[in-house]
Amino acid sequence: MSGEAQTSAEYIQHHLVNWCVGDCDPVTHQAAGFWAIHIDTLIFGWLLAGLIAWVSFAVGRVLTTGTPGTLQNVIESIVEFVQTQVRDIFPGSNPLIGPLAITIFIWVFLMNAMDLVPVDLLPLIGRMFGIEYLKVVPTTDLGTTFGLALSVFALIIYYNIKIKGPVGYLKQFLFHPFGKFLIPVNIIMTAIEEVAKPVSLALRLFGNMFAGELIFMLIALLSFAWYMLPFQVALGGIWAIFHILIITLQAFIFMLLTIVYLGMAHTAEEAH
Amino acid sequence: MNITATLIGQMLTFAVLVWFVQRYLWGPLTAALAERQKKIADGLAAAEKGEHEQELARKRAAEKIGEAKQQAAEIVAQAQKRANEIVEEAKESARAEGERLLTAAQAEIEQEANRAKEKLRGQVVSLAVAGAERVLEKEVDPKAHQKLLADLVAQI
Repeated sequence: MSGEAQTSAEYIQHHLVNWCVGDCDPVTHQAAGFWAIHIDTLIFGWLLAGLIAWVSFAVGRVLTTGTPGTLQNVIESIVEFVQTQVRDIFPGSNPLIGPLAITIFIWVFLMNAMDLVPVDLLPLIGRMFGIEYLKVVPTTDLGTTFGLALSVFALIIYYNIKIKGPVGYLKQFLFHPFGKFLIPVNIIMTAIEEVAKPVSLALRLFGNMFAGELIFMLIALLSFAWYMLPFQVALGGIWAIFHILIITLQAFIFMLLTIVYLGMAHTAEEAH
Repeated sequence: MNITATLIGQMLTFAVLVWFVQRYLWGPLTAALAERQKKIADGLAAAEKGEHEQELARKRAAEKIGEAKQQAAEIVAQAQKRANEIVEEAKESARAEGERLLTAAQAEIEQEANRAKEKLRGQVVSLAVAGAERVLEKEVDPKAHQKLLADLVAQI
C-alpha cells in the first residue's frame, strides 16, 4: 500500500516537472535558479501562438466585406465579442487595447485548452523521443502567467505615466486613497494595490490551471484496477466538460481584467 | 515551480503575437466589419430611396396616363367633328352640282325650244307666203311685205 502511494506520488511529481534547460537541478530536474528555461512551456506557447498567427494570416488575407466564409465568420464573432467588451469597459479609445485583449483571450484559451489533451498522451510521445519530462499546459507554468501579467503591468505603468504624466502618477501614490494627511499610508496602500494587479492576474490563472491539471492526474491515477475504468472515464469526462468552462472563464477573466486595469490607467484621477 | 527565464521568452512571444494579431487580423478585420456595416447602411438607405422613387414614378405614370387618355378623347372628338364636316361638305357640293346640272339642262332645253320656235316661225312665214301666193295667184314679193311678215312672226 505504501509502495502504491509512493508510485502515485512519483507519478504526480513526475508530471509536475518541466522539460528544463539551463540552470537546472541535476537530481530533481527542477529549475534551480532564474536562468533555467522550460523548453516545453516555450514550445507549446510558440506552437499555439503560431496557430493563432497562421489563422490570423489566413483569414486576414482573404477578408471579404460580403458574405463571410465559415472561418471568417467564427473569427469575426470572436473579434466582435472582444470589441464589445472593450467598448463597454474601456474609456476613450486606444488602438492597442483590442488586439491586446483578443490575443490574451485566444492565446490563454488555447494554452489552457492543452489541459484537455489526455494527461499522459503527450508525455508518452515525448518519452518515445527521449524527452523525460514534459508539461504540456503552458499556463501551469508561472513563467507564462507572470510573463503575461508583467507585460500587462508594464503597459499599465506606461499608460499611467503617459496619460496622467509622471507627476499625476506620483500624486496617485501620494494622495490616494486617504487624502493628503496620510501620505505614508497612501504610498503603501497604492503600491500594494498596483502590485496586486499583476500578481493576482498571474496567480489566479496559474492556480486554476494547476489545480485543474492536478485533478486530471488524480483521475488518471484511478486506473489501479480494471473495474475502476468506467468510473475513471466518467469522472474524466465530467471534469473535462467542467474544465471547458474553467479554461474559457479564466481566459475571459484575464482579458477582462487587462481591459479594466488599462482602462483605469487611462482614467484621470478621481475619487475611488 | 520557480519563476524562470521562461517568463522572458513568453513575454517576447506575447509581444510579437500581439503585434502580429494587430497587423494581420484585428486591423483588417475591424476595417472590414466597419466597411460591411457601412455597406449595409448604404444598402438600406438606397432601398428606401428606391422605394420612394418608385412611388414617385408610379404617381408620374398615373398622371401621364390620365393626360394621354384626355388627349386621346380630344383627338377622337376632333376627328368625329371633322368627319361630320366632311360629310356635310360633300352633301353641300353634291347638291350644288345637281343644281348646276339641272340649270344647265333647263337652259339647253329652253335653247332647243327657242331654236325650234325660230325654225317653225321661218316655216310659218314661208307657208304663209305660199298660202298667200295661192290665194292671190301671183307672186308675192316677200321684200315688199317685209314689215307685215315681221309682225306676223312676232305674233306667232
